[in-house]
Amino acid sequence: MATCEVSFVSKFSDLTRLPDARGHFGPYGGRFVSETLSFALDELEKTYLSLRDDPDFQAEFDYDLAHYVGRPSPLYHAERWSKRLGGAQIWLKREDLNHTGAHKVNNTIGQALLAKKSGKPRVIAETGAGQHGVATATVAARLGLECDVYMGAADVQRQKLNVYRMRLLGANVIPVTSGTQTLKDAMNEALRDWVTNVDNTFYIIGTVAGPHPYPMLVRDFNAVVGREARRQSFEEFGALPDALVACVGGGSNAMGLFYPFVEDDDVVMYGVEAGGDGVETGRHAAPLSSGAPRGVLHGNRTYLMSDEGGQVSDTHSISAGLDYPGVGPEHALWKDLGRVNYVAANDTQVLEAFRELTHVEGIMPALESAHALAYAKTLAPTLRPDQNIVVNLSGRGDKDIMTVANLDGIEF
Amino acid sequence: MTAQTMNRIDQCFANLKSQGRRALIPFITAGDPGPEYTVGFMHALVEAGADVLELGVPFSDPMADGPVIQKACERALKRGVRLSHLFEMVHEFRQTDTDTPVVLMGYLNPMERIGLEAFTEQAAAAGIDGVLAVDMPPEEAEELGPLLESRGLASIFLVAPTTSEERAATICAHGQGYLYYVSLKGVTGTATLDAADVSAHLAPLRGMTDLPLCVGFGIRDGASAAEVGKVADGVIVGSALVSRIAANTETPEAIPGELKAVLGEMRQALDALSD
Repeated sequence: MATCEVSFVSKFSDLTRLPDARGHFGPYGGRFVSETLSFALDELEKTYLSLRDDPDFQAEFDYDLAHYVGRPSPLYHAERWSKRLGGAQIWLKREDLNHTGAHKVNNTIGQALLAKKSGKPRVIAETGAGQHGVATATVAARLGLECDVYMGAADVQRQKLNVYRMRLLGANVIPVTSGTQTLKDAMNEALRDWVTNVDNTFYIIGTVAGPHPYPMLVRDFNAVVGREARRQSFEEFGALPDALVACVGGGSNAMGLFYPFVEDDDVVMYGVEAGGDGVETGRHAAPLSSGAPRGVLHGNRTYLMSDEGGQVSDTHSISAGLDYPGVGPEHALWKDLGRVNYVAANDTQVLEAFRELTHVEGIMPALESAHALAYAKTLAPTLRPDQNIVVNLSGRGDKDIMTVANLDGIEF
Repeated sequence: MTAQTMNRIDQCFANLKSQGRRALIPFITAGDPGPEYTVGFMHALVEAGADVLELGVPFSDPMADGPVIQKACERALKRGVRLSHLFEMVHEFRQTDTDTPVVLMGYLNPMERIGLEAFTEQAAAAGIDGVLAVDMPPEEAEELGPLLESRGLASIFLVAPTTSEERAATICAHGQGYLYYVSLKGVTGTATLDAADVSAHLAPLRGMTDLPLCVGFGIRDGASAAEVGKVADGVIVGSALVSRIAANTETPEAIPGELKAVLGEMRQALDALSD
């Protein structure tokens, strides 16, 4: 049984020094934007770098996480499910218990504080499943900021509950009818808004993608998940976890969990992408595990699903929050270095895991998070009962009840 | 700017300068409303007085563009237009027009997807003279910039109202061909420019570079072209032309005439300014 071992030479000890000064993670990341936004990104970077190590700012952030979000979130031993799977012990990092129901709020609290410090009276956001939109609308309501949320028209249809939540919170939800009408198009439209209203508007990006400094600051604001999980692992089972599992769309919840462990070589990590109908069918949203080429979209270079002509591909997933053709640039680097194993879970496996956790543990996961659970289900039996897997339960499933009910043929 | 044999863009601006004229630079999306029309449109634009042609590469996610050019991209993509077709179009155009510079304007991903080296080689072979990658500021041009330069193609960059003086100096140091000044904060085709504001922003750039300063975004007609022409070396017009294409997709044979009417009015207005 491993105790608190310290590895003196880590294979991956340089990874926490990234990005470089220009926002690059090896060949990925960067700042690929039209010139009008360069100034705003420079400004944001300066603001963030000056506040990152400012104790007052950190204290304000920590206070909000404790008293508004309800952190720390528990690390819950899914004992019954572990026993049923017959292998490693599964521990769920309960981000679903956060205020607004997902990890997304960690980042929006942080960015809203930056918006406040920048004196911008208006925030905008893109959203897929609506979790980031809800989290943004929530902090905007609290700080009295004007809030517009861009959401693909197809997602507005499949996430009606979150749309209404955002409206109740006082946000204006703008359906985006261009392109594929999903998350990537919402992000295009948010960028168009930002370039037009850059003087008075702060763009709260919801994932570890976008132009530098977004991948860095979204990572930093979400890293609280992994810091807590690391501490809780020692408290609960007296060792580092043997494996971490998290779903990856843009990759913010996975980044949040993985980052504080990235230099712990012995902790094996699995990022689970949206396999849709199956990676082999081409109808998925899994750029890393399907071997998609490198590309440039939304301000950064990364792995990107695109056709031979460089047109961005349509994606398919049961979960709107993972329905994105790219992935955060730091994940792209971690794939190349072999630091994280990127795998996929398809829609059928995801629904099965969704139902199983609900039945066995009384916890209804978001369909996004159910991707991580689906992989944990495969992984656990391959490990010993004295080994431990931490799964990021990144969000709760209330928002997905309609989707699942419709699949069951139930109309409300 | 390093020395190179004078390409068509430099030649064109040298001629215009000696004549005291402003450059008129139309933009159309290649392959809109279908690939078979583009070369004809290019010739029509030259007949109506274009000095340089900007040819847009259709892209699925044109983040810096307003609805007019987004829809043009969608029309072209629906017809399956890709970079290889665009190279064929320019090649065909060059059979009868060897003088008018052609600048390829688009987003980086289609260029990267075929490989930047192959892209540069094919662009040069087709007779393209410059490349403006909208989402590639000079800081990110480390790879494409030298490749373009090695083939005598100009790297053209944007300068915006929000660009700091420090950044403007960097952009001027890297830019070739001409500087594309974006007249307003926003996407293409959505607002009206403020000529006094443009003038105020161009003045410091004059002290930084000898590159011709061309202004785009918000130029709709002869009057706005003339306003800008008073302070700039060239005017760039895109959405005003592309919206004429959009209005005539059912009668594409009418489009060359429509384009000529819009551009011709601007040509007249600009030539009335000539000193």
